[in-house]
Amino acid sequence: MYEGAVQDLIDELGRLPGVGPKSAQRIAFHLLAAESTDVGRLVAALQRVQAEVRFCVTCHNVAETEQCRICRDPRRTLDVICVVEEPKDVVAIERTREFKGRYHVLGGAISPIEGIGPDDLKVKELMTRLMDGQVTELIIATDPNLEGEATAAYLARLVGPLGLAVSRLASGLPVGGDLEYADEVTLGRAFEGRRRIDA
Amino acid sequence: MSTTPQALYRDEGIVLRTQKLGEADRIVTVLTRRTGKVRAVAKGVRRTKSKFGARLEPFSHVDLQLYTGRNLDIVSQAESIRSYGTEIVGDYRAYTAGTAVLETADRLTVEEKEPSLRMFLLVVGALRTLAEGVKPAPLVLDAFLLRAMSVAGWEPALGDCARCGEAGPHRHFSVPAGGTVCPSCRPTGSAMPSPVTIELLEALLSGDWGRAEASLGTNRREGSGLVAALLQWHLERGLRSLPLVDRT
Ligand SMILES: [Zn+2]
Ligand SMILES: [Zn+2]
Repeated sequence: MYEGAVQDLIDELGRLPGVGPKSAQRIAFHLLAAESTDVGRLVAALQRVQAEVRFCVTCHNVAETEQCRICRDPRRTLDVICVVEEPKDVVAIERTREFKGRYHVLGGAISPIEGIGPDDLKVKELMTRLMDGQVTELIIATDPNLEGEATAAYLARLVGPLGLAVSRLASGLPVGGDLEYADEVTLGRAFEGRRRIDA
Repeated sequence: MSTTPQALYRDEGIVLRTQKLGEADRIVTVLTRRTGKVRAVAKGVRRTKSKFGARLEPFSHVDLQLYTGRNLDIVSQAESIRSYGTEIVGDYRAYTAGTAVLETADRLTVEEKEPSLRMFLLVVGALRTLAEGVKPAPLVLDAFLLRAMSVAGWEPALGDCARCGEAGPHRHFSVPAGGTVCPSCRPTGSAMPSPVTIELLEALLSGDWGRAEASLGTNRREGSGLVAALLQWHLERGLRSLPLVDRT
């Protein structure tokens, strides 16, 4: 244990995802030894994120205005929605440059073991968007793991009666992984070869 | 890192759950055939090029080689025997029921590395049935829960009195007493479920699928409620997955 401020910093860092007690200690001492201007930029970045970043009212991606950059872009088509779990998946798919439609960020995947059901995700909001009559195709790009597949099955069953073209990102994506770890080439190929789901 | 030789052992098991560990690893909880419940680290499993692939996801039946560790064991090899997950995730009812099967098996197996062949076989049987998709998933789940409670030493009374053993059938049902109760033993606040519902639970416990599948929705719903109440009574914390089971 260290004294007051240092220990507080270690404790806070240790609460971040993927940061264990040893890493927390290493980062804390790195910050203590760093130039004060470097630390100042980090503090400013954290404060800006907290003050300025919110979630897009339409797609629930991170945004700096009411709507995100993609939803505001008139060149993006209105007829296709790609459903993803997290904002980081939007970034991964944007890197492929394969997709010209818009997104819908669920905020996670259905995971009963963690107590997360459909009502804990932006599913109702998705249904509302799909009912407006402009959308003709839904691409489900949840992670290629168990929760992602189950979420895809749930959504396919739910939107089935709407009569949209529903597809799932094609295999070729490594099963069991996180979408964010897929490289652009694999992810791009998965987009081209998406397969139709008949609910 | 320690260089002392560690004991290597081999067993087959069902992956009950996985938890993220650090950047790319996972802790997997496996119910094995011979060793009982084992918690082990699978290194690098979340990377897309992992040698383990999807073999260590929940619902997987795997043949494992493990090193004994101080707190957690370490998975050195994993071969797939059968992945029930592939079929189960495609059917949302089976997925939510299956998740409740896995969580229950994990919670009812309190001690690690204490062999429980009966629980292992029950889990394999339930997952196989859910993957086949022929029997209604909620009934498969309730049959599993009743039998899993029996294996854990809490077989519910479904006829004779749970307290004094007087031959039934009895009309009253008490969750704290553990099932049906006779008029002289019945605590205040006992429920009076339909006798048909008790017959359904009895059919599920004994594996009489003909009778179970002939049951009506009202009795299935009432039965599920009783099973869930009995299970929650025995567990300190409630099951997270049980309220999310799709019984439509
Ligand atoms: Zn947006
Ligand atoms: Zn009695």
